[in-house]
Amino acid sequence: MPFELPTLPYADTALEPYYSAKTFSFHHGKHHKAYVDNLNKLLSGSPFEAASLEEIILATAGDGTKVGFFNNAAQVWNHTFFWHCMTPGGGGRPTGELAERIDAAFGSYEKFAEQFKAAAVGRFGSGWAWLVLDGDALKIISTPNAETPMTQGKTALLTVDVWEHAYYLDYQNRRPDFVQTFLDQLVNWEFVAQNLAQAK
Amino acid sequence: MAYELAPLPYDYSALEPYIDTQTMQIHHDKHHAAYTTNLNKAVAGTDFENLPAEELLTQLDHLPESIRTAVRNNGGGYVNHNLFWAVLGPNAGGAPSGKLAAAIDAAFGSFDAFKEKLSAAGMGRFGSGWAWLVVKPDGRLDVYSTANQDSPLTAGDKPILGLDVWEHAYYLKYQNRRADYVANFFHVVNWAAVAKNFTAALG
Repeated sequence: MPFELPTLPYADTALEPYYSAKTFSFHHGKHHKAYVDNLNKLLSGSPFEAASLEEIILATAGDGTKVGFFNNAAQVWNHTFFWHCMTPGGGGRPTGELAERIDAAFGSYEKFAEQFKAAAVGRFGSGWAWLVLDGDALKIISTPNAETPMTQGKTALLTVDVWEHAYYLDYQNRRPDFVQTFLDQLVNWEFVAQNLAQAK
Repeated sequence: MAYELAPLPYDYSALEPYIDTQTMQIHHDKHHAAYTTNLNKAVAGTDFENLPAEELLTQLDHLPESIRTAVRNNGGGYVNHNLFWAVLGPNAGGAPSGKLAAAIDAAFGSFDAFKEKLSAAGMGRFGSGWAWLVVKPDGRLDVYSTANQDSPLTAGDKPILGLDVWEHAYYLKYQNRRADYVANFFHVVNWAAVAKNFTAALG
């Protein structure tokens, strides 16, 4: 069964003015779709034809002969996850147990935000910044290109895409502004809390 | 002596319609400027602050680890963009002539085969990076791509033509259509400048 491009979990205008419908038309409609299409082309007739996305990612990570499988499969997964990390009316502080876990791990929400932003802005070139669960610990990491936390045995809780295509039409070179806006206006903390609950 | 951001050698609009004015403004005045500033920050007060930027990259492995990544990224960004602006120009494109044309034919079979190889290198670079025409230490030409701002100088080669495939180089005009940008790049290559680089690289 070929993979399908998932629909966005909200209207493409839902995150305006922070994340534009125009950006979604390319980021979801072209980039995410190309990763799905490229993966399906590679899968046809391959040993991974019946595998899940996660199985493909884990089986091909670090294998120089399967870079195409890994890059496309991981980018399909990363983008689907990223769409869910945003929601209209999102951003700001988390609440409840998640807020307590963030305070415990980073000292405060402000310190978490500072560290997350530094990881996202400091990722040179294309990649992602993540809040992950590593064992019992909440951590912030960044990964280059298509790399994704599951290959390091970590559970993704939140991500921001810092490939330039993720923000260039709306923010151009101002990546720090994009990441700040993501934190202040877009983060879907309910989804993050759900990821944390499921990881237990 | 701080590294300086030189003005573009032509107007921001000079590469229209292939590379748009807004892209040139942001690419030069923001991205290239940031690499310049960050390179200066990285080497300020070190023994290396008076070295030519190219030398920082050929010597990268000998730099202290504390500044190596910052120089690799920002020194690379500074030098790569200096080359990029110099090998582009208005009323350019076409094909090289003379010794460079002969060397390209000898290395790749034909100019068209070279264009295909450089385009494939640019298209195949996953994430951010560059495709290059370089002169190897033995004087032969080669084409390959590097990730991010990694410079061929660090590998001992001399880049004489660079194709920037960071998304910031083309996204405002071409969005996801990197292939169209790469095809149009050849309309603005200043082959006289590349030939000059070739002669200098052969020393």
